[in-house]
Amino acid sequence: MTQSLKTITDLKKLRVITAARIGLTRAGSSLSTHEILSFDLDHARARDAVHLPFNATEITTALKTRGLEALQVQSAAAERTIYLQRPDLGRQLDESSKQQLNNIQSQNSLEFDLAIVIADGLSAKAIHSNAIAFFDEFLSLLPAHGWKLAPVTVASQARVALADEIGAALNSRLSIILIGERPGLTAADSMGIYITYAPQKGRTDAERNCISNIHQGGLSHKEAALQLEELIIAAFQLQLTGLPLKKKLKSIL
Amino acid sequence: MAKASPIKSGDFLAGVAATSEEERIAARFALADLPLSTFLNEALIPYEKDEVTRLIIDTHDPEAFAPISSLTLGDFRNWLLAYATDTNALKAIASGITPEMAAAVSKLMRNQDLILVANKIEVVTRFRTTVGLKGHLSTRLQPNHPTDNPQGIAASILDGLLNGSGDAVIGINPAADSVPAATELLQLLDEVRQRYSMPVQSCVLTHITNTLAIIERQGPIDLVFQSIAGTEAANNTFGINLNLLQEARDAALSLQRGTVGNNLMYFETGQGSALSANAHHGVDQQTLETRAYAVARHFDPMLVNTVVGFIGPEYLYDGKQIIRAGLEDHFCGKLLGLPMGCDICYTNHAEADQNDMDNLLTLLGASGVNFIMGVPGADDVMLNYQSTSFHDANYLRQLMGLRCAPEFENWLKQMGIYDEESRFLPGRPPTPLLELLQDIGK
Repeated sequence: MTQSLKTITDLKKLRVITAARIGLTRAGSSLSTHEILSFDLDHARARDAVHLPFNATEITTALKTRGLEALQVQSAAAERTIYLQRPDLGRQLDESSKQQLNNIQSQNSLEFDLAIVIADGLSAKAIHSNAIAFFDEFLSLLPAHGWKLAPVTVASQARVALADEIGAALNSRLSIILIGERPGLTAADSMGIYITYAPQKGRTDAERNCISNIHQGGLSHKEAALQLEELIIAAFQLQLTGLPLKKKLKSIL
Repeated sequence: MAKASPIKSGDFLAGVAATSEEERIAARFALADLPLSTFLNEALIPYEKDEVTRLIIDTHDPEAFAPISSLTLGDFRNWLLAYATDTNALKAIASGITPEMAAAVSKLMRNQDLILVANKIEVVTRFRTTVGLKGHLSTRLQPNHPTDNPQGIAASILDGLLNGSGDAVIGINPAADSVPAATELLQLLDEVRQRYSMPVQSCVLTHITNTLAIIERQGPIDLVFQSIAGTEAANNTFGINLNLLQEARDAALSLQRGTVGNNLMYFETGQGSALSANAHHGVDQQTLETRAYAVARHFDPMLVNTVVGFIGPEYLYDGKQIIRAGLEDHFCGKLLGLPMGCDICYTNHAEADQNDMDNLLTLLGASGVNFIMGVPGADDVMLNYQSTSFHDANYLRQLMGLRCAPEFENWLKQMGIYDEESRFLPGRPPTPLLELLQDIGK
């Protein structure tokens, strides 16, 4: 392979070992037109992903056709520009969503094992492309365990910690949030999953476990579902999530 | 102080920003009349509660402060801009200025003031290269890889070197933050450096406790890296304090690896880090950032890098805020006597793009910034954000006639990468560096 490297642009052949933009062609000491445009295209896709409106209705419908109870909630960040500047608001439910969840509990006073939240996060595109496909893989694993599922919430303008409030309101032992990750230039549609044992307001990121980089070209839906299953089993065993759980899983592997 | 600050989303998030434009300017009028000496008598964060405040007060140099001691902040701005205030005058007062004084006067300064005054200051540091000389611009080569693949990293290093990057440091952010992983990368860097007799310093940006462990095991540590913040509480969340920084610096100095000098600390900072760690004491993010420079100054660093747009739009919302913050940080750091560089950068959820980075890059070039980042194609594939490319640095060098660190420039010529005029040689036979790829390919 290296025999054929004669000039700097031949470095592009090394893209098999790194996704870094190496071996770019120059114009003077600057970048050539082609290089500038291909960078701009990737950036444009990432920007579009951040601002793409979340199609919560479609996700909700898809869940219902799978026989699941599903409802839409909204964070206290009313729109995207507020969401981007006020992460604290993205971590709280708005008043009507709070009411909606409280009603479910006051009517039934139920206990659940898993409260699953599907949230736009920083990339609605990630959820549009991955959430339902992942869900189908995950649902196929559920019958073996008999975990009791709370109604699935589809949350708009949401941050990860919104699942704390939702999980607590639904009286669930564990919260699981599927959320759009911050778009990068390589992937604008990458989904992450965070799980938190005994969800309640004020939990820190150190008390969660995470599966990230779920997208075509990253972690597959099936593999992500298997990893999540393993995390849930371990979380119920240890009755916690976070660093100790991660260590425990490492020691098994 | 906070109310006088230029608009930053992080100050709104913290609830300390002015609530109207008029209130903001009224706060600046009040600030302009304040005597500089106020900051020696009234601490924004109590002396008893915070070791950074204690460091600032205890190490203040009254002799250096004497020439400006009777000035108000408004006068101080005028003094900074005066013809008579030259490079030497600014150097002489540096140790008499506290971070709060620097931050406060910057709030009274327009962007052009920040550029003009910073440009008068020269802060030179040395390890194996000389960084910060007037008329020079250095770069940190940042060859990150999502899985720390040594071949992938070496390929990016090679690309950087062939584009004239790396004279400030070749610095890798490791994906895995552990002693063995960092040691492996340091050995790779050291091998490449020695094989080609490169006058560069290397660094793996791992936690300082890992660096200490590597020094104990005789690993090849050139620069000691650490992220720092402007309050004791924020530094605690980073797992550091002043004693630990001192311990690591002493340990690295004992290795005596520098050739032209012994500046060996590499600090990174950024507005918003204290609030992000919930340790801001109701102080605005730019003032807290400047307090981090007091921490840096105490350890005679080789490089101080403000990573200006990495933190996200909840702290710096758009290109305008990022540009302002970059100019403030560079000015305040230089005024305090620090070798300031800037990671001119943004994330995809900020209202910013490569044109905003071009603007900040050019303005910092005019300010005399010591170094910037060199990331392949400006796209960091590990940290997932956009910074400046090798080519961006070369644009600035070409535009403003700026040169690499002298030791590195000579090396680029010896290797046949630069011609005698310090231009890239096109279409020439491969330099010996391409041999490196033989080994990478294995």
